[in-house]
Amino acid sequence: MTQSADTAPQAGSPLPQFPMRRTCPFSEPPEYAGMRADHPVSRAALKVNGKPAWLVTRHEHVRQVLGDSRVSSDLKRPGYPHQFHIPEEMLAQVRLMMLNMDPPEHSAQRRMLIPEFTARRVREMRPRIQQIVDEHVDAMLAAGGPVDLVTALALPVPSLVICELLGVPYEDHARFEEWSAAMMNHDLSPAEYGAAVQALDMYLDELVTRKENEPGDDLISRFLEKNRAERVADHADVVTMARLMLVGGHETTANMIALGVLALLRHPEQTAELRADPALLPNAIEELLRVFSISDSGTARVAVEDIEVGGVTIRAGEGILALNNAADHDESVFPDPGTLDIHRKEARSHLAFGYGIHQCIGANLARVELETVYGTLLRRVPGLRLAVAPDELRFKDDAMVYGVYELPVTW
Amino acid sequence: MRVTTERDRCVGSGQCALLSPEVFDQDDEGLVVVLVEQPAEAQREEVLRAADLCPARTIRVHD
Repeated sequence: MTQSADTAPQAGSPLPQFPMRRTCPFSEPPEYAGMRADHPVSRAALKVNGKPAWLVTRHEHVRQVLGDSRVSSDLKRPGYPHQFHIPEEMLAQVRLMMLNMDPPEHSAQRRMLIPEFTARRVREMRPRIQQIVDEHVDAMLAAGGPVDLVTALALPVPSLVICELLGVPYEDHARFEEWSAAMMNHDLSPAEYGAAVQALDMYLDELVTRKENEPGDDLISRFLEKNRAERVADHADVVTMARLMLVGGHETTANMIALGVLALLRHPEQTAELRADPALLPNAIEELLRVFSISDSGTARVAVEDIEVGGVTIRAGEGILALNNAADHDESVFPDPGTLDIHRKEARSHLAFGYGIHQCIGANLARVELETVYGTLLRRVPGLRLAVAPDELRFKDDAMVYGVYELPVTW
Repeated sequence: MRVTTERDRCVGSGQCALLSPEVFDQDDEGLVVVLVEQPAEAQREEVLRAADLCPARTIRVHD
């Protein structure tokens, strides 16, 4: 059976709105299960502008779309499913981040960054990451509970790690954390969003200029050095690359740290197993990444040619959201998908880091950060518990990347 | 069992090197290197897993 946009099941009735929200903080949006079963590739209207886009919900189809060279990540292409309101004139001036580039530009930039994030390089960062985590846990224990785990640990750890890797002075973290949190907010006006991007870019522009003149032992300086030989990026591209690494490097990991701790607090038996046998942690982390899939709609694409997905024809120029949170709850891959199971054999098949050429370049770094933080808390703060009633927690339902705003804990 | 890869299409995720470190590695550029072209039968499961999880689908396993 082949359908086009005109004959999709919802034709005639109003399209469902996207994004859809979670009603339970620990589950996927409730609409997803029905979509996976009945119309796994179907249209929705984007809340931001009412335009239609295809939602892809099954694991197999999400991988297919994200692995297809006939889809583009270029947000300037007509039909790209924007989730922020960006005025046309502003869009024309946007400098594309790597995650919005297509090959060959994308491949050229990514190739320069891959050596920074290999399994070996990330392994070498472990001792320093452990030191950073220990210092923050020391401070937390010295201060005494209750503390907000987000500000005490979840945010500063990845923030420090990415600052040291990039060569960004950590003293400036309060400024860029504010700008970067603003850039993740769906509900921001174009002017507010633009102002946050501009402020961060002005800051990074100065930093990149400093490194052009006085290179250091850091990712930005190494990128600049390689770029002198290969010339894949101009100054503004380097600033944009630095912004992507800085924002992508801490906001996502910070959210995942806090959500993961919260999930472990809700599952004391599994937490006890992890404490007894830390070798179980890596798989538990894959499972936590899967159940939350915090960057559900980060995988937006637009078809460049007509493609067929699950019997549906997506026409050239139509927008696609390959929903990794829906894919990661696909019961044909993950039986009983709503249940957290640290022993789940197939946990690593999740698409929380995306799939295809744009898969998160920092995934292995994120894994080590999560392992270090969870492992250290299990070992050093065995009595950790929530300091508020669970229903008092506020979740980031309005943000591009899901998370919890505060996590008051004590021990 | 024989393993081949397309280095040109590798995106450096390092999944293969993590899942099957005796068979795969990453070179100085972070791209895939096959250490053992004909892995032992005992490694079949992890090699197939690495091939399945490769985000760029560059790993081929031939019987």
